[in-house]
Amino acid sequence: MDSAMFWEAVIKSLVLILALLTGFAYLTYYERRVLARFQSRLGPDRAGPEGLLQPVADAVKLIFNEEVIPAQAYKAVFILAPIITMVPALAIVAVIPWGDSVVMFGREISLTIADVNVGALYIMSVASIAVYGVVLAGWSSNNKYAMMGGLRSTAQMISYELALGLSFVAVVLLANSMQISQMIEAQKGIWFFFIQPVGTIVFMIATLAELNRAPFDMPEAEQELSSGFNIEYSGMKFALFYMAEYTKMVSISSIVATLFFGGYLGPGVERFPWLGPLYLFIKILILLFGMIWIRASWPRIRYDRLMAFGWKILLPLALAIVFITALGILLNMLWLIPILSLGAGAVAVQAINLSLRRKAYAR
Amino acid sequence: MTINLFLFLVLAVVVVATALGMLFSKNAVYSALFLVLNFSTVAVFYLLLGAPFIALTQVTVYAGAIMVLFLFVIMLLGTEELEESKVLPWQKPTALFLAFVLLVEGIYLMVMQKTTGLITTPVADAGSPEVIGNMLFNKYLLPFEATSILLLVAMVGAIVLTLKKKGGQN
Repeated sequence: MDSAMFWEAVIKSLVLILALLTGFAYLTYYERRVLARFQSRLGPDRAGPEGLLQPVADAVKLIFNEEVIPAQAYKAVFILAPIITMVPALAIVAVIPWGDSVVMFGREISLTIADVNVGALYIMSVASIAVYGVVLAGWSSNNKYAMMGGLRSTAQMISYELALGLSFVAVVLLANSMQISQMIEAQKGIWFFFIQPVGTIVFMIATLAELNRAPFDMPEAEQELSSGFNIEYSGMKFALFYMAEYTKMVSISSIVATLFFGGYLGPGVERFPWLGPLYLFIKILILLFGMIWIRASWPRIRYDRLMAFGWKILLPLALAIVFITALGILLNMLWLIPILSLGAGAVAVQAINLSLRRKAYAR
Repeated sequence: MTINLFLFLVLAVVVVATALGMLFSKNAVYSALFLVLNFSTVAVFYLLLGAPFIALTQVTVYAGAIMVLFLFVIMLLGTEELEESKVLPWQKPTALFLAFVLLVEGIYLMVMQKTTGLITTPVADAGSPEVIGNMLFNKYLLPFEATSILLLVAMVGAIVLTLKKKGGQN
């Protein structure tokens, strides 16, 4: 590896990290404004025009907050936990292509940091170590509520990781590769969303659970755990957890957009490669809006139901989806996949209806 | 090659240090965390050997899944700090003896294979997903399937054990 390549990778990573961190700041603003609209309010509109400086004000406030480390906390882990939460959130996007290659300063630069041949597995492995931050935060705080938040989060993330991985397998089968750039290449004709709509939905539900987002935000259920795993955290450490959650939302949205919605592909992207990042940005914005919409619409799901849903419905459904996808590819009949998987999805919805609905005696 | 050697030495120190840390830390959670670090560093070794698939599988399976469950159990049982147990008095001498045997074996192999070298340069693409998949599902199909059945049996066994307990309480 020559030094120019090295510096290229470093600069690309820096740009991406800065973009993600800015994106996180404005995502909080976006979420608050959108939620406010859902609830017939105005939302933050005081700092700057239309409240656009609100994230800056929040950041300044959090920096000057007092940082408390509980006397009984395991100090080293307590300080490390927010960092451990933050790193995977940033690292996971390293394999996501933001566009085809562009020519800049007389050399061709590909808009991916690392287009490795095991990209799908990379995403899975980074997602699987993301749970450590929350668990360690819960444990090291030496607080019952924080501990319960951490434990809930572990159980939830392990349960939903299976469905996540299995819906990943469907994409790998369709693209016939684990390399992310080839997955996008394979979607030039038709997006995977249209071939595997149920797989897309399973993936999105599983990512919501992995993110601890509503309606799966049990680890930080305010009413039950007063705050959950981050109860003892204050100041910048708390801000890091907050940051990690929203950065993960952006990262995961970019992954969903890449795996199922064609990534940077769009009309005219071959002639003007700079349109690629723009298309991806638009897709991410739409997916983020979906997440906020879900948060505004659905109440939190009860914990035993959450586990039952993950193990008894989502996991079999994801298995069925892998089977159906493999069958469709084996028979060389791609049109069979959406039909059969929609059928499987209908069965799953019926199963939810039967198993999770309020029983007659509970009324 | 020199930079690879340098990386190897640094990582080797980290691996040994984390292994020792795992053995000697009094707190079970710290032990588990040292083990996570150890697994992750071993994954980097696989990367150095040109086997990214095995490296990432190592991270996903060991660091990401198994150790999370370990931590989960340690925290759930609240057994972070345990007294030195006297349940298995023969354990320490046996472990020391076995470690000694392993060390002798390693040195013997290193001396004997001096001419060929312990780490031969891996075949190009040996660690790519396609090659591993072909190997697993053609040449090593039977061991692969046998392992999967073994894991399934273990899983069913765990479920059966917990079910019995519940029945007893009822």
